[in-house]
Amino acid sequence: MSRYMKRMALSGLTALATLFGSSAMAVEIEYWQYFFDARVDAMEQLIEKFEEANPDITVKMTHFPYADYRTKVAAAIPAGEGPDVVQLFYGWLNDYIEAGLIQPLPQDAFDPAVIDAEFFPMVQAMKRDGSYYALPTAVRSLALFYNTRLFDEAGIENPPATLDELVETAKKLAKVDGAGNLTQVGITTGMTAQDHHWWREVLVRQFGGDPYSDDYKTVNYTGDAGLDALNFYVGLEKDHKVTQSGFMDEPQAAFKGGRAGMHIDGSFRIGSLNKVRGLKWGVAELPAGPDGTKSNYSSYWVNGITTKAEGEKYDAAVKFLQYLTSDEAMQLWLDVVGELPAKPSVGLIEENASDPTFGPFIKGLEYANTTKFANESAQRQAMVDMVARIDIEGQDPAESLAAAAAEEQKVLDEYYKK
Amino acid sequence: MSAYKRLSIRQKQIVWAWLFLAIPTLFYGLIRFYPTGTAFVISFQDWNLLGERTWTGLSNYQKLWNDPVFWKVFRNTFAYLIIGTPVSLVISFVIAYHLDKTRFMHGFLRMLYFLPFMTSAVAMAWVWRWFYQPVPIGLFNNFLASAGIPQIAFLNSTTNALPAVLAPAVWAGLGFQVIIFMAGLRAIPGSYYEAAKIDGVGWWTVLTRITLPLLKPTIVFIVVFSSIGFLRIFDHVFNMTTNNPGGPLNATKPLVLMIYETAFSSFDMGYAAAQTVVLFLILLLVSLLQLWILKGDNS
Repeated sequence: MSRYMKRMALSGLTALATLFGSSAMAVEIEYWQYFFDARVDAMEQLIEKFEEANPDITVKMTHFPYADYRTKVAAAIPAGEGPDVVQLFYGWLNDYIEAGLIQPLPQDAFDPAVIDAEFFPMVQAMKRDGSYYALPTAVRSLALFYNTRLFDEAGIENPPATLDELVETAKKLAKVDGAGNLTQVGITTGMTAQDHHWWREVLVRQFGGDPYSDDYKTVNYTGDAGLDALNFYVGLEKDHKVTQSGFMDEPQAAFKGGRAGMHIDGSFRIGSLNKVRGLKWGVAELPAGPDGTKSNYSSYWVNGITTKAEGEKYDAAVKFLQYLTSDEAMQLWLDVVGELPAKPSVGLIEENASDPTFGPFIKGLEYANTTKFANESAQRQAMVDMVARIDIEGQDPAESLAAAAAEEQKVLDEYYKK
Repeated sequence: MSAYKRLSIRQKQIVWAWLFLAIPTLFYGLIRFYPTGTAFVISFQDWNLLGERTWTGLSNYQKLWNDPVFWKVFRNTFAYLIIGTPVSLVISFVIAYHLDKTRFMHGFLRMLYFLPFMTSAVAMAWVWRWFYQPVPIGLFNNFLASAGIPQIAFLNSTTNALPAVLAPAVWAGLGFQVIIFMAGLRAIPGSYYEAAKIDGVGWWTVLTRITLPLLKPTIVFIVVFSSIGFLRIFDHVFNMTTNNPGGPLNATKPLVLMIYETAFSSFDMGYAAAQTVVLFLILLLVSLLQLWILKGDNS
């Protein structure tokens, strides 16, 4: 019995040795991302081009459903398995660094000063102690979608450029039935969708505030600016009656159904809106604040090099990541996935910046902020509940704002105290 | 081998019995008890799925005790149980009682009642979610509005949302309970009813003195089964409130959904495991209580 086992083990070792022996010349590295049709498609094209330019490197891509992604990455890398280059959400960076899953990018290939200068400013959130840990190929931002058919019907020529115009435009678009029930909203609202980003990073700043202090570790919207921003937001429903949270279940559903004049959403929505038959829509930059302040929120997925990559695999991983952050890769990503280039040198070229669909999003990147979330869903929940308390329970906005700030601060404290 | 030969026939039988039993025991140990045990261990640790696990003693349980959301969720979970179980029990009994007496299209009717039980909970939850929407898309509110009645906020309300979510869950379980009740009704010997008829007893007395007492084992089974189901309610709630899971303001959040969110959106595995242990203890307690009632009935 034991002799048989030994023989088995020996033959296994031999097989392994042959495997590694044959791959000694050509390096194979592994790339992991979560499954999303267009992203996988774009990555396949990028890998093909990269392999053409680097015939001694092969890249094997593996993808998982989003729900399993984090678990698999966490289990694989410490075991010395899995990816050499890995994709992660920007908000997970702290967790990945702390868990020792990714290593800093080498300073010679990814000079922080060059990256600071070349990428859109919000990418600096990926820097820790002077080194970058991960870089995006593409970024996303918010813009105002509007239904051109409803605009024509209401005789509106241009999308609103300021918050005051937004309210006036929305009033012209909203429709009620005989009993006073809204049957068409001027603008969609719902903190559960993208509105919590709009409120946090855009409205609060436009009313003169700064949503967080201390590098996003302390909530800072409890002052007048936060209250004004909140009053403006809930006023759309309460005072101006141009919207209703939960109208047609989801904001994007109302817009797709042609029952909403305007809708604030991310660039990732473009693809699914293109598929809606009979819907005619346009995109505009987010309306400016009372004093002309413009702001936007940007989020992105980044690629980093894992701690598993060593030796020649590490060198190959560096090369691959350099390619993924090149101008060529960014243009391809924009064309295939519809996500915006992370560098002004690609994004702001005439063809992209003046594109009627992508243009407003790309312009938004110049003044976009990126929230450093400790726990995005819990922090979003604080915003959702803040509006729900006013909406359903009739709580005073100032009280609700204070409660939300306390709730969010608790989430932040819990995360940063470790 | 020789040791085996020396055994008596009875001992050999025992060896073989253990051999066969070893397979399910191993299987259960590996896929049921090992993870359960691990969950208990993790509940005393701090773990975000990525980093090291660190021992934190009872701090997860202390946090749970001091978490107002947990107590809200705790009350919700029992609200699902306390409303759901009796309501579904009464409705399913009434349906079964009358269906049992119906001969006309009996099979077809029974099929109609059983159909929701076979339907996917996810699909059903989404259809009901659409029913509950406000004007202009919601079925119920469109109906109310066309009759000139003010709209009802079914889901966007802290008081209506829980019953609104519970209704399709009760409806979905009805088919199964009706079938079990009918089997119970059929199992009651006809001679009791004949004797009652000869004595000229009214239907109410027949129901309360013959049918219900003899249905007790069936009722206990359904109560145990459906209360465990309501304590573990998840898919209906999650699918009807995906945008704001368990909302609004945690009004519909059951314990299982809280566990899911803590584990897979906050990645706080230790805290989630502590909640799981509490759910486990509740389920254990409820089941033991009901088994004890069942036992008391039989002796």
